[in-house]
Amino acid sequence: MGKKSVYFGVFTALALIVSYVEALIPFSFGVPGIKLGLANIVVVAALYMWGGTTALLLSVVRILLSGFLFGNMFAILYSLAGALLSLSVMALLKKSGRFSVTGVSIAGGVFHNIGQMMAAGLLLPKAGLLYYFPFLLIAGVITGFLIGILSMEIIKRLPKGSKK
Amino acid sequence: MKRNDLILAGVLVAIALVSGILLFLLRKPGNIVVITVDGQEFGEYPLDEDRVVDINGTNVIQIKDGEAKMIHADCPDKLCMDQKAISSSQESIICLPNRVVAVIEGERDPDGIDAVAG
Repeated sequence: MGKKSVYFGVFTALALIVSYVEALIPFSFGVPGIKLGLANIVVVAALYMWGGTTALLLSVVRILLSGFLFGNMFAILYSLAGALLSLSVMALLKKSGRFSVTGVSIAGGVFHNIGQMMAAGLLLPKAGLLYYFPFLLIAGVITGFLIGILSMEIIKRLPKGSKK
Repeated sequence: MKRNDLILAGVLVAIALVSGILLFLLRKPGNIVVITVDGQEFGEYPLDEDRVVDINGTNVIQIKDGEAKMIHADCPDKLCMDQKAISSSQESIICLPNRVVAVIEGERDPDGIDAVAG
């Protein structure tokens, strides 16, 4: 067991705590599915430390744990759809080398929302979800930007040895 | 932050603005609210009659002054109660945890055939 497993455990615990803190904050944009997504700071940091596969594993573990603890089955499905799409896009953009952490995170925020909207559209047809599309895009850009800046500060401060 | 990041953010915001303006321009006034639970139609109610609709004890929708609003939900996050009152065609209030959806639709024509498809 290298240091990576230790850091992975700490990161997962951190993401879970952050999800809990966020569930405590009565904060809403008045549009379903939009929230700050603080746990994505940890996911973005994991993406830059270990790559897409590990970040995906962390994200899935986080969603399952927080879903069973603070949400329900449907919250888990929406989150998983958002996380899968978001991480795929982020991993691709990161690989392209044309974007910084902020750009990658902005795309991640937007595609997280699009993924959730697509899952909601499948589970709840006729929900008139198109109406929310512009709000979800803008919200994704704003939250992605904030998450990106925070993640970059964290990535800078992580010790080098933690990657192994 | 790189220049590409700004271009990416700009393109996304532009798409949002254009689609937002289109949705705003294309909106039509609606006059009934259709409530579905888990994809099954629960009922439809005219917006011009004030009433309170209890949906299986999990959610309550209030129709008042030509607008529909979620006034009660038993889910933990209560996000649907924060959504503003709806009155334009295709606007919706969604309670994801309870799979309750309220969508505004246009007038049903006098023959009783759906005026709004889908």
